[in-house]
Amino acid sequence: MALLEVKGLEVEFPLGRKTLQALHGVDFSLDRGERLGIVGESGAGKSVAAFSILNLISRPGRISEGEVLFDGTDLTRLDDAAMREIRGNKISMIFQDPMMTLNPVLTIGTQMIECLQAHREISKEDARKISIDKLKEVMIPSAENRMESYPHELSGGMRQRVVIAIALLTDPSIIIADEPTTALDVTIQAEIMVLMLALCKNNNVGLILITHDLAVVSQVTERIMVMYAGRVVEQGPTREVIQNPGHPYTRGLIKALPQENIPGARLNQIPGSMPSLDAIPAGCAFNPRCEFVDLECHNAIPPLCGEGEQKIACIHRDRIPRFNLSEKGI
Amino acid sequence: MSAFTTFFQSDFVFRFKRDKVAVISLIVVVVLVLSALFAPLIAPTNPYDLTTIDIMDSEIPPIWTEEGEDRFLLGTDPQGRDMLSTILYGMRISLTIGFFAVLLQAFLGVSIGLLSGYIGGRVDAFFMRLADIQLSLSTLMVAIIALAVFQAGFGAELYSDLAIIMLVLVIGIAEWPQYARTVRASVLAEKHKEYVDAARVIGMSRRRIMVRHILPNTLSPILVISTIQVANAIISEAALSFLGLGMPVNKPSLGSLISSGFEFIFSGSWWITVIPSIVLVALILSINLLGDWLRDVLNPKLYKD
Amino acid sequence: MTGTFPLVDIKNVEKRFGGSGGFLSTRQPIVSALNNVTLSVQKGNAFCLVGESGCGKSTLARTVMGLHPPSRGEIHYDGKRIDDLSQRDRQVYTRKMQMIFQNPYASLNPRMTVRQTLEEPLKIHRPGMSKLEVRDKVEEVMRSVGNDPAWGDRYPHEFSGGQRQRISIARALMLDPEFIVADEPISALDVSIQAQVLNVMMDAQEDRDLTYLFITHDLSVVEHFGSHVAVMYLGTVCELSETKSLFAAPRHPYTRALLSAIPKMDAKGVDHLKMTGEVPTAMDLPTGCVFHPRCPVARERCKREVPELKENGDTKTACFAVEEAWI
Repeated sequence: MALLEVKGLEVEFPLGRKTLQALHGVDFSLDRGERLGIVGESGAGKSVAAFSILNLISRPGRISEGEVLFDGTDLTRLDDAAMREIRGNKISMIFQDPMMTLNPVLTIGTQMIECLQAHREISKEDARKISIDKLKEVMIPSAENRMESYPHELSGGMRQRVVIAIALLTDPSIIIADEPTTALDVTIQAEIMVLMLALCKNNNVGLILITHDLAVVSQVTERIMVMYAGRVVEQGPTREVIQNPGHPYTRGLIKALPQENIPGARLNQIPGSMPSLDAIPAGCAFNPRCEFVDLECHNAIPPLCGEGEQKIACIHRDRIPRFNLSEKGI
Repeated sequence: MSAFTTFFQSDFVFRFKRDKVAVISLIVVVVLVLSALFAPLIAPTNPYDLTTIDIMDSEIPPIWTEEGEDRFLLGTDPQGRDMLSTILYGMRISLTIGFFAVLLQAFLGVSIGLLSGYIGGRVDAFFMRLADIQLSLSTLMVAIIALAVFQAGFGAELYSDLAIIMLVLVIGIAEWPQYARTVRASVLAEKHKEYVDAARVIGMSRRRIMVRHILPNTLSPILVISTIQVANAIISEAALSFLGLGMPVNKPSLGSLISSGFEFIFSGSWWITVIPSIVLVALILSINLLGDWLRDVLNPKLYKD
Repeated sequence: MTGTFPLVDIKNVEKRFGGSGGFLSTRQPIVSALNNVTLSVQKGNAFCLVGESGCGKSTLARTVMGLHPPSRGEIHYDGKRIDDLSQRDRQVYTRKMQMIFQNPYASLNPRMTVRQTLEEPLKIHRPGMSKLEVRDKVEEVMRSVGNDPAWGDRYPHEFSGGQRQRISIARALMLDPEFIVADEPISALDVSIQAQVLNVMMDAQEDRDLTYLFITHDLSVVEHFGSHVAVMYLGTVCELSETKSLFAAPRHPYTRALLSAIPKMDAKGVDHLKMTGEVPTAMDLPTGCVFHPRCPVARERCKREVPELKENGDTKTACFAVEEAWI
């Protein structure tokens, strides 16, 4: 059985007199040491999907259906105390903004030691040793001195490294990373990605990487899940999905990237924009923007299915022309 | 769809309807303001008309007590005026002073705040230090000194004619720093936003940027402090009148009513002081509750979009 | 480069912030955002400025637009100096030079309808236009950026990021400018929307014969969009060339590192040139070449002397290693 299994997850947000549904029956799973990428644009529900694993959905949002099985226990049914045992211990979280994790008035060392002592019976000296080791593991120079630093004394890239070190402190089995490099510069982003990839491989840690950047996902993850308007539209091995996307949305996303177009020519674009949660079109939510749309697409919501490992939620999946990524400008 | 219907279907109205305290406060304020506004129509007698007043009617208790008379619902004051009418007319004066004093405060404060925030530098330093100095003196202290000087200078008769204007001026000028500081703070936040740069790139003049772009975006905090400042101005007026520096006895505001009844409270005529006090407290409390509610509703939105 | 002439000339521009502690205000540390930047944008170019955060690219854009004056140096437009003009004298140039901003959520006044926003430039610069002409112009521009002209009476919060950014482009086009500065116009947008907005900008360039100064941190956009590119690092231009030659053969060590860091879809795993050291800030600039603390090939000379931007084959670079051919 998979380490983490999410089944039929539905999340809703009561807002004023309406209730908005952010997730519609999302299923996915993660094996031990596997790296999964969740891709989508803002409003696709990718962060909601990942946050609901740890029951971190901000009020008044709530999980209305479905279960999150971690090692056989349903996390949605746990009380707060039991959830704290999982959160930041067996499953860690890395946010886009390092300052979400770091407390600006405490030194790095204090925060790391406190975090360890919260989850384990351990002496201060031992906690300190483990902390320094973890800082070294994320390639922070002169780790001992850095323990005495405050977060604001570090650069953005260093702060994100510290956050990764904190995430690794308790030897978690899964790390959930929400856009961990979006706020960083390209060169720093590359360094952090290399580091995360190496750490996950070496420690056999599972990774759920949430991002809008297809290129980053293609480099780091083994499996990919593409979301649109609160549903999974395509899922499969990263190489297959990137090289040979089956859903018109995934296809459009990849074809819209400047590097997949002839320089100077018009870019292939997806018309329109992601619908807001209170105005999701009937049938397939992508139908107003889809180039292969026909009458059938307005009738029923297409299920996620397919013969191989690559699953596609599109009734015309056999009709969509596939393309090979290496040829530019198709 | 008209702007009217969109307003009634908005989230703002929805949240308002769900908040019982806000709804009750609004009802109280509206009833009080309307009855003050239409006092000449509602009030049984005109307390300013000396011919209707009979000194023989003085100090009659309210209707529900044993000695009450049908003619006077809330009893009469020591001069024989009908309490209900006097309270309605007095509230009219209190609200007028509160409203115009706040208008003056807002005018001064918003202009100064806009200039300080947008121009910055020395202009800003000058006005903000001035505000600091003014805030370090109590409003009431300044008002008492100013009004006492005026009263001595003009003589009691002329003063009683000019009292409303004097109170508006004194309370208005004394409290501008509240506005100036709030407006300045939001101007500082707004002026670094890109839409202000966009306006500069178009070649718009400073004055136009301030009035057309920045000012409308500082309206929400102005609205919030305005409600609370109206309450404050009414309290200030009441306090000054209570001290004998406000409205004269022949044209009483709520404050001078309370004051004039105060000396009779130990002789058993409690209603002369207590009833106007209850009205004043109800008015101030409802305005403040409304202001709190407005702040809660407007503030998060203000910074979200 | 044949038959071109410089439309915008940036000559030895420097910009420092802070420092001036006046009466009753505290002294702030000096930040040198731009150090001796010289470059010229030819008519018809799509000139891209690339660099990481804090490299001064946005400051340069804002200095060109007159949003803050340069501390030293000159800016010329069409042969005439514009950085020392009064607001009144500058009006002639505001008609020709416009700007598109990064954040579509902050660059439109939330209290003004789309029509009010778009009419504003005409009211200031073309007071003689009749109401009907103004309305027609607004409709024409709205259509040209792919927005429905019927949206005029709505407020910005009713639109998505991409639609807002197109309104922002429409505002810049209202006065039929020749030159547009675009400060990271797509970095706040979603992937599928980025392509739409880039297309609108490219169409506008074709239809209206525009010249762009395009600021971005995304090299893949530069490769697609730009005709020329200047790579900036800590307020200094370190490489300047035509886009094709820069991507074919990057010379400056920083450009090389930057290019290798672009995540590629077809790559297995991440592969990039490593840079050493910590990123310095513009508050205390390194001596000599600003890049030397992170440069993998830096030598003694780089720590002492500041390299100048020199012609080098088909590109200009500011690097001793390239000049003396030790890389």
